[in-house]
Amino acid sequence: MTDIVPIAGRPLLQVKNLTVEFPLRTGVFRAVSDLSFSIEPGKTLCVVGESGSGKSVTARSILQIVDAPGRISGGSIILNNQDGGSIDLTSLNPRGRQIRAIRGRDIAMIFQEPMSSLSPIHTVGNQIVEALRLHTRMSKAEARAEAISLLKQVEIPSPDKALDRYAFQYSGGMRQRAMIAMALACKPQLLIADEPTTALDVTTQAEILDLIARLQKAKGMAVLFITHDMGVVAQIADDVLVMHNGVAKEYAPVEQIFHAPQDDYTRMLIGSVLKLEAKAEIRQARPPLDTTAAPILELRNVSMDFGEVKALDDVSISLLPGETLGIVGESGSGKTTMGRSIMRLIDPTAGEILYRRADGDIIDLATAKGQTLAAARRELRMVFQDPFGSLNPRMTVSQIIGEPLLVNGVAKGRALEERVCHLMEQVGLDPRARERYPHAFSGGQRQRIGIARAITLNPRVIVADEATSALDVSVRSQVLDLLMRLQDELGLAYIFISHDIGVIRYMCDRVGVMYKGQLVEIGDAEKVCRTPEHAYTQALISAIPRPDPRDRDHSRRFRYVAPDILKNGTFQR
Amino acid sequence: MADITVTNIPPDRAAVASQWQLIWWAFRRHRLAMVALVVTVLMYIVALLPGFFAINDPNLQNARATFHPPQRLHLIDTQNGFSFGPHYYPMKLTRDPETLAAIFKEDTTKRVDVQFFGRGYEYSVFGLFRTNIHLIASPDKTTPLLLFGADRLGRDVFSRTVQGSQISLSIGLVGVFFSLMLGIVLGGISGYYGGRIDFFLQRVIDFVLSLPTIPIWLAMAAALPQDWPATLQYMMITIILSLTGWAQLARVVRGRFLSLRTEEFVAAARLDGVRERRIIFRHMLPSFASHIIASITLAVPAMILAETSLSFLGLGLQPPTISWGVLLREAQNIRSIATAPWLFMPGCAVVVAVMALNLLGDGLRDAADPYNK
Repeated sequence: MTDIVPIAGRPLLQVKNLTVEFPLRTGVFRAVSDLSFSIEPGKTLCVVGESGSGKSVTARSILQIVDAPGRISGGSIILNNQDGGSIDLTSLNPRGRQIRAIRGRDIAMIFQEPMSSLSPIHTVGNQIVEALRLHTRMSKAEARAEAISLLKQVEIPSPDKALDRYAFQYSGGMRQRAMIAMALACKPQLLIADEPTTALDVTTQAEILDLIARLQKAKGMAVLFITHDMGVVAQIADDVLVMHNGVAKEYAPVEQIFHAPQDDYTRMLIGSVLKLEAKAEIRQARPPLDTTAAPILELRNVSMDFGEVKALDDVSISLLPGETLGIVGESGSGKTTMGRSIMRLIDPTAGEILYRRADGDIIDLATAKGQTLAAARRELRMVFQDPFGSLNPRMTVSQIIGEPLLVNGVAKGRALEERVCHLMEQVGLDPRARERYPHAFSGGQRQRIGIARAITLNPRVIVADEATSALDVSVRSQVLDLLMRLQDELGLAYIFISHDIGVIRYMCDRVGVMYKGQLVEIGDAEKVCRTPEHAYTQALISAIPRPDPRDRDHSRRFRYVAPDILKNGTFQR
Repeated sequence: MADITVTNIPPDRAAVASQWQLIWWAFRRHRLAMVALVVTVLMYIVALLPGFFAINDPNLQNARATFHPPQRLHLIDTQNGFSFGPHYYPMKLTRDPETLAAIFKEDTTKRVDVQFFGRGYEYSVFGLFRTNIHLIASPDKTTPLLLFGADRLGRDVFSRTVQGSQISLSIGLVGVFFSLMLGIVLGGISGYYGGRIDFFLQRVIDFVLSLPTIPIWLAMAAALPQDWPATLQYMMITIILSLTGWAQLARVVRGRFLSLRTEEFVAAARLDGVRERRIIFRHMLPSFASHIIASITLAVPAMILAETSLSFLGLGLQPPTISWGVLLREAQNIRSIATAPWLFMPGCAVVVAVMALNLLGDGLRDAADPYNK
């Protein structure tokens, strides 16, 4: 670990040998051990790591809000004030007056989930006014005027009206803006942002990152940014701290991390991020698909209404045998609804979903019933997003993978056992682990179990709904590679639904872009990613943070506003 | 870190641990609930074999022992030399010459050694065979051992409390069993099918829950013919109690069904081609069985209390049937409170039983879902 060379003046925050422990019944779990870093005024330090690396615990220990029973068991956190005084935050009583004065005034924090961080029963304005009046001697009227100016700074449209609205009347991006406005209310010297854009769409994320960067410049504020997204790191960081299992793996300027990483773990992390920046090698090497073949699945004018909302609006798309069709879009674009309609987990309100069976018969899945639907479902399978919720925790892996075979009367007893072992080997799991329950597996392994279950009945089409979005980036490319290998071995066609354009580009042949229930663009994956035609796709592609600190061109980003919403004012959802 | 709550189990064993094993491991860490479990099991063993644990015939009247106070069981005898072994001293009855009130005094000159697994009165075990072996037996038939004292007819309160546990503890189980049948079937239908059926059943449940329970029990119990045999009366009382108890359980079952219906693994099972019946019994039922068990454990003490109140008010079971509620009727007036406070001992048994079951239920509820923190 390299010590950072202090740049002129002293750092705002110095963390030295921080250790945070969680006592368990059988011993002590060290969430963070012997961590040192410092933050200069006006600079951005990104703490990056995969789930369970201790990055959030680090952020929380600075404000002394580590969840019970965790406690800081060693080290110091020195806050150097502008007036020359300094204070060790670890020495303060976590419930005391002193730390409460520092929280919000000197160090402010924004969280991942803006909905649960804002109170639903007070207006957004009242919450900002409260923060202001707690730390300053403002009158109510002054505080209100200040709150309006803050909302204006975070670019919330018509701030005087927005002030009297409640958090649930805001969109996700606006809530996060309101949270930032609240955090900035008392002009803190340090802003801690714990995955503030993870729950947001990529276009909204770009705006929020821009906003933080601008405000930081204007106020000379330091930012401690926690994230797992290397793209975001490349875009905003001055320095980067890479964490793994509670230990700092590398601490260096952003340029070094991306272009000359010293540590093996960092190299692996950067490597798996860069891998997703181009099309997979085994896809580049594959001979081109026969585009004249009859489509295996064809959606014709499919619509799905949930009351007023049109989740799917007249969507037509087709899937060739052996093809990977990506469906990309932001939350609420209808991509999940499309996947579920194909599987008939929901019944579309209009249109046809034509499936061509191996013998050439065509069935309309939108209206199929009973035996026909059951037969089709053996050939169309699904891989779910959540590797935790989609496996019954009360069944062993062998029972989970074997169930489709058992209930469809394909195999039982010894034969079933052998098939299960074979399937587990196919997806890269040790068959000896088949008597284990899902809780004994990691997220990536569980997703492999889900894939094994999907391929048990020799399907022809697999619908994968955000199959890798819950996984850490290093595991993600492994699972994608597995899916492509299985595709080549078993001749599968995939409908791959994702919000992550990198994943789509890595493995898809063609991609359809969805926006508000409509398919706005469809074409060759490479082409759509490189030279998008539709204005929305262009906005989407421009918003993706590039994992290269040398490529920080914010000016090409823009937000797509559909022509018909322009008139309805700017409260977009 | 694994996402299960048990942390002190080696990972190899946890990996292949079934739901019930995980629940048991989580439950075991709950000290108070473990104590409650032991107490509950002991009480149900007593309720299963009351004759074995009773000392004297619970229905035997003894004019010489009217309002006899509780006796102590001594271990070390220092009065007649020094010897070791459980024994008691019979009490001598004298009368206050002025008030003629009975005064019982330990007569330390006579010593009666109690016998373990000794012979006493004859009782029947599960109606299968008769025996007269007791855990504690006193060889002296004229001055019996009265651990909790005696009531106004000189009957042994301890033996009656032990005998009463059979009805009082089982009425909770049987009553909850009836409620459970109604609750699972109706709640399951309501939660699984949803829509209009759900709406209708929920309004029925609302109606049942809005009924004032005690007056309803009183009215129904009062309508029972007094000349019915004790067993029939007992069945009717449990049915009356469970008629109002099922609604809460139906709510719990429906709630679990509703939340499970949206689980992804249920959707996955449907796509696997699993039939409705197998989805319900193989996927959904095991997922909330532990919650149901916890709810049942918490419903049993409510039933026990209900039976006790009804019998106490004289509208539940009738003497000579012995239940804790019936026994407490003896303690209804000021005279007994003043002269024989030990008549409240069945009340203590009620408190202990209800507390133990409640703590056990709390522990089970906390351990019921080992997969979420």
